[in-house]
Amino acid sequence: MNLEGYTLQLILREIENGSLSPEDVNEFYYKRSVELNSVLNAYITLLEPRSRAEGDLKGIAIAIKDNISTKGIRTTCASKMLENYVPPYDATAVSSLKKHGGSVLGKTNMDEFAMGSSGENSAFGPTRNPLNKEYVTGGSSSGSAAAVAADMAPIALGSDTGGSVRAPASFTGIVGFKPSYGAISRYGLIAYANSLEVIGILGKSVEDVKILFKMIAGKDPMDSTSINVDLKEKNISKPNILVIKSFVELSSEEVKKEFYNSIGKLESAGFGISYVDKFSLTDYMLSSYYTIACAEASTNLSRYDGIRYGPKVESASNWRDYISKARSFFGPEVKARIMMGTFILSAGYYETYYLRALQLRKMIKQEFEKIISGYDAVYVPTMPVLPWKIGKAIEDPKIAYAADVLTVLPNLTGSPAISIPVGKVREFFVGGQFIGLRAEDMKVLKVAAIAENVLQVKKNGRN
Amino acid sequence: MEEIKVGLEVHVQLVTLKTKLFCSCSSDYRGKPPNTNICPVCTGLPGSMPTLNKKAVEEALKVALMLNAQPYETSYFFRKTYFYPDLPKNFQITQYDKAGGYPLAHDGYLKLSNGKTVRIERIHLEEDPGRIYYEGSRATARYSLIDYNRSGIALIEIVTAPDMSSPEEARDFVERLTTILSDVGINVKDYEGSLRVDVNVSYAGGERVEVKNVTGAASVEKAIIYEMFRQKTMYEKGIKVVRETRAWDEKRRITIASRGKEFEAEYRYMPEPDLPPVTITESLIKKVKEEIGGSQEDRYRELINDGINEELAKKISSDKNLFNVYEKIKFYEPSLKQLAANVLANEISYLIKRYSIKTLPEDVSGLAEILQNYRIIPDHESVVAYLKKWIDGEKVKISFKTVSAENIQNDIMQIISENYEKIRNLEYNKKFEFLMGILIKKFGKENKKVLVEELTKVLNKIK
Ligand SMILES: [Zn+2]
Repeated sequence: MNLEGYTLQLILREIENGSLSPEDVNEFYYKRSVELNSVLNAYITLLEPRSRAEGDLKGIAIAIKDNISTKGIRTTCASKMLENYVPPYDATAVSSLKKHGGSVLGKTNMDEFAMGSSGENSAFGPTRNPLNKEYVTGGSSSGSAAAVAADMAPIALGSDTGGSVRAPASFTGIVGFKPSYGAISRYGLIAYANSLEVIGILGKSVEDVKILFKMIAGKDPMDSTSINVDLKEKNISKPNILVIKSFVELSSEEVKKEFYNSIGKLESAGFGISYVDKFSLTDYMLSSYYTIACAEASTNLSRYDGIRYGPKVESASNWRDYISKARSFFGPEVKARIMMGTFILSAGYYETYYLRALQLRKMIKQEFEKIISGYDAVYVPTMPVLPWKIGKAIEDPKIAYAADVLTVLPNLTGSPAISIPVGKVREFFVGGQFIGLRAEDMKVLKVAAIAENVLQVKKNGRN
Repeated sequence: MEEIKVGLEVHVQLVTLKTKLFCSCSSDYRGKPPNTNICPVCTGLPGSMPTLNKKAVEEALKVALMLNAQPYETSYFFRKTYFYPDLPKNFQITQYDKAGGYPLAHDGYLKLSNGKTVRIERIHLEEDPGRIYYEGSRATARYSLIDYNRSGIALIEIVTAPDMSSPEEARDFVERLTTILSDVGINVKDYEGSLRVDVNVSYAGGERVEVKNVTGAASVEKAIIYEMFRQKTMYEKGIKVVRETRAWDEKRRITIASRGKEFEAEYRYMPEPDLPPVTITESLIKKVKEEIGGSQEDRYRELINDGINEELAKKISSDKNLFNVYEKIKFYEPSLKQLAANVLANEISYLIKRYSIKTLPEDVSGLAEILQNYRIIPDHESVVAYLKKWIDGEKVKISFKTVSAENIQNDIMQIISENYEKIRNLEYNKKFEFLMGILIKKFGKENKKVLVEELTKVLNKIK
């Protein structure tokens, strides 16, 4: 039995009509994962299938990013700091999946503590792109994207702080959905930047991510920032979308060409296409984003002192010495962001940097709400470049900039955003993202589903 | 003697709450085995999130209103970062009055016994850290043991202006505050370590020295006396007092220089992104005001207006429990109020002390029954026994074969005429004794009180 290219939707239908058994499904993904993991390094932890065929998900096992707490299953954040940490509780998203009959297939590789955009920055080694293993997957949900793209999982959970679900989805040619801020409970998601991030879903189709989204969305008493978004199907047939030209112009020629090409196809299919030249605060998006993210990260990561969990420090002269030795287990990128955040929050700099970044975020949100009014979604490329070779970003800092510039907007505004493949260049895909107003997740999903159907970029997928 | 200035930061545990400030662990942590009253939230496990105990806001608001402070409509929680092993996240969630933050309430005051007003600058909510235990003494211990049972207990911090100018005034402040707290049910005396004070002392206009963690009013006074003489001695020797933090050694009754953390530590405050702002609505203030029902002064005035004498009024108004019962009886049967005041200030006060009673029953019908039948209850011990029954929540029903005063006078006249020959030459006392014997036999001991009164009347009439 070969389930290559199968969507979750198709698997559930075939289990329903008896042509597949949940045991077969779990067996297939487990065996394939064991086989491919030595090459792709998508999983940090893989679990033998233990299915109990029940609920909407029929016992199907799902890949979970390794920064989402799973009871009894080690959750490392791809860091030496949490190498042996086993949470005593499930994240709300995981317990919701279990309630619907889902189980955990494995914990996926990622950039350490979700800090990174390429999937290379992991204490367990870089994740490799199934489309070409010399290339990066994008990050930080690198393992979740690689697992879904390589049929090592039917679907996966990731997290998106500044593009961490959409970037790897784009680089591996799959669908990546970042819901509205608060739409899925963050309880149990190991915090990097609380006010920006959300649990997201990586799947083979828009329908797949929607199936899972409806199961795990909703207000959670354990997360005071969570909200109930409207989960009713939206009735749209000819979406009106707005293209921000300056975002497209930031992209490489290959990406630009494929992206404009997709606009042409969508227009012929009846999409209303409008353009706006510029998002005036574009230049401030990244600085605002990094200031807030690093500030929050520096306090979130204070708790890792090796006292209650984490690495054992062999000898220390006192507890201060112990703590600083324990904290040397962080990787270099994490240390850099902690130091940056510590500086930003220091007396005298707080007002200059942090408060200004918060003000900018507010202004960016206002501008976004203004330009989107009257449209169903904003449509822009997800990544301005194609995947790069593993190791190359270190030589070229411009790549690092390019990796985030188009994805942070929805995190600053709390918007839902979904990336789908919209074009193909050699073995790689070009991703395009649809961005909506906060809490209008179902609208964005609907627009993306229509576009997916029009563009038919991945013909090999079996629905 | 040069002038000293004293300001206090009083930390009070909200012992009336059932759960901790940000999780559902019990707030009753005392006496439990170490690290058994904990959960992912109060031990700061990765991925856990705080959710605010709304009751804590109400309790803090009660105290704020009792201290005549103004609540802010919107206040915020902040992260205060410092590394210490008893602080599981290495930041404390507290409220902050700078960096765009507001505490719960501001600008209150408390009047001392000598009539002086001490300004209260602000009142805010925060979480208590865990506790560190040393094997033997801190200096010789091979281990530091940490117990997180206390971690996350709700505290309010009350910050005064440096308005006190003697150790006695500071002690008086803490004592008066303790009374006010017990008025709203926060009986700090019943919970060891539930009121802890940081004392700021400056001598002769010198730098202020902060003495941390002084427990109870008497120790506050002692710590200030010690500090006053220490600073005075330095002043007289021409040594400059430096601004520093010292610790109070309860056993040796001295203050000791704290190692490490010097003044003005860098706390890197930032807003807590996982908690929404605290809003205090007009309707919440109204609700809380109804619950606390005014100050001791208000209560005293009401009793005096009711015609209760000063001594009784003082006693009843000083205890909110007593006053509440008085009010209820007044509502139940206004004619009983004078008798109720007597019984509350005497017998019931005695019982409260004797049996360490914390609360009196909500239902006063049992007490009303006792008061209505007060005259026919034969003796004082029986009155006390009935009251104890009521306090214990038992049903009180008083049923004697009661005799009415008018009927009894006829019976007495009849008995006198029947025995006229025997008593005519007896002395008054003997006469009385003889007749009482017959009357008790006839009407029962339970009517003794009425019989004595009526017999006295009759004998006085026929004298
Ligand atoms: Zn707890």
